[in-house]
Amino acid sequence: MADALLEVRALSRRFAAVDALQGVNFSVTAGEVHALIGPNGAGKTTFIHHVSGALRPDSGSIHFAGREATRLSMHERVRAGMARSYQITNVFTGQSALDNVALAVQGRPDAGSSFRFWRPVAAERRLFDEAVAFLEQVGLGDKAGQLAGHLSHGEQRALELAMALATKPQLLLLDEPMAGTGPEESARMVELIEHLARHVTILLVEHDMDAVFRLADRISVLVNGRLICTGLPDEVRQDAEVRRAYLGDHL
Amino acid sequence: MAFYRPARWQNAAVSVSLAMLIALPELLTALDQSYYTGFATRVLIFALAASSLNLVLGFGGMVSLGHAAFFGIGAYVAAICYDAGIHEGLLVLPLAALVAGLFALLVGAISLRTRGVYFIMITLAFAQMTYYLFISSSAWGGDDGMPIYERMQFAGFSLLADEALYYLALGVLALCMLLFARQAQARFGRTVQAIRENETRMEALGYPVFRYRLVCFALGGAVAGLAGALLANLTGMASPNLLQWTQSGTLLVMVIIGGVGYLWGGLVGAVVLLLLEEFLLAWFEHWHIALGLLLIGIVLFAPRGVAALFGKHHG
Repeated sequence: MADALLEVRALSRRFAAVDALQGVNFSVTAGEVHALIGPNGAGKTTFIHHVSGALRPDSGSIHFAGREATRLSMHERVRAGMARSYQITNVFTGQSALDNVALAVQGRPDAGSSFRFWRPVAAERRLFDEAVAFLEQVGLGDKAGQLAGHLSHGEQRALELAMALATKPQLLLLDEPMAGTGPEESARMVELIEHLARHVTILLVEHDMDAVFRLADRISVLVNGRLICTGLPDEVRQDAEVRRAYLGDHL
Repeated sequence: MAFYRPARWQNAAVSVSLAMLIALPELLTALDQSYYTGFATRVLIFALAASSLNLVLGFGGMVSLGHAAFFGIGAYVAAICYDAGIHEGLLVLPLAALVAGLFALLVGAISLRTRGVYFIMITLAFAQMTYYLFISSSAWGGDDGMPIYERMQFAGFSLLADEALYYLALGVLALCMLLFARQAQARFGRTVQAIRENETRMEALGYPVFRYRLVCFALGGAVAGLAGALLANLTGMASPNLLQWTQSGTLLVMVIIGGVGYLWGGLVGAVVLLLLEEFLLAWFEHWHIALGLLLIGIVLFAPRGVAALFGKHHG
């Protein structure tokens, strides 16, 4: 595809005797919400780890924003415009929500070097003003001063998202943003992602099928490390192989 | 652990302590105890060395068992400078910091590719290699170390009087503590503290984690070198013992007693340990037994160190 933001070609990775990923071809078009689904153990998180740079493939290539990214480290990919949220909430629990996001803003190349040894961060109004804006964007505007560890699970997930957004990504990798949230929080998260999708391309890994079919422009299905189908939600819903392999009576 | 924030009473406590430390040599002279000026200088120097390890260990989260290498190299730089006829502290001290810092940069560049117990072992290995290098080199005095027959000057002022060296050590310590306090609240300090808490998350926020750890490690090494150069001038020699792993262990014990990751942890630990050594040793030879009991007590009752007992602020 000409305007693919993320292009993964023939990606393979083996762990000991397990073929975790087998020749996965996958692309995300700029502007879309592309959901990746599959049964537990299909290799979805492994795939995200490869895209984000936490793991290196045995073979295959990853192109991001028109640039070869296969061998870029995680922080280089983030700087190139790829941000991720974690399946397990991964925030700095001992810091306030605001400090968490300010840290993310500070890490951005356009925020300047962090090799500064003298001036207190607290005096850097700009970092915190921006951080507040990102917190408001995810609906945590009134929780800025609270310790991240004291936020509810759903709020921590939203904070995680605010931190990813603060890196100003072109592509957002969301690894099960709904995991462990109650129905109400889930609904709020769906709304939030819908809202974000207007500004940023999203690769969404999620088990909640209602959320997936509501949010996704396209869906890919990963089973046992192989990508068995990519298509519009309706096509995937009808696909016989997908039904057999995975969805069954979910749909 | 949360990021470092200064306690409200910190400025007051620092002002009072500093005033007392400035008055100390006068006081000791008045009490006819000026012998202790040299001892107090030693405490200040070890406070500096332990604080530099605390930067690496407490703030950077890197458990290094090779910190003595940088400490000892600073001492040898001072001795080599003396040998080469360089007697100006304004030259000797920055040189010691530079050489120790560059060596730390090299050691860090290799060691920081490992984690956990491997990092401990590899820093230890580097320090032991340095130790053996110095004891096997006749140019650097081998087992005997290198003498410094006459103390360096500082900005033209003589340091021959113990009081003068004391004030130099106090000044250097105060400046370094100021730097440590500032960096802990500045971008750099917050970055390394966040890396200590969650390295992967920081990578995922776009931080080149390795670079920050390396600079933190090298900065700690440079300050340790500074302390080593001061110590060599105090004792009149650069001894290979300063490079040995037991020395790294002593610095580590100081930081643990004082409080890992607390701004004043290294300083408090150095004061406590050296005071104990000085006064317990006078009473009975096996003072290490008392030290062992103290360590056990601290780990059981104040696991975050003595500094942690004073308020909730931490780094």
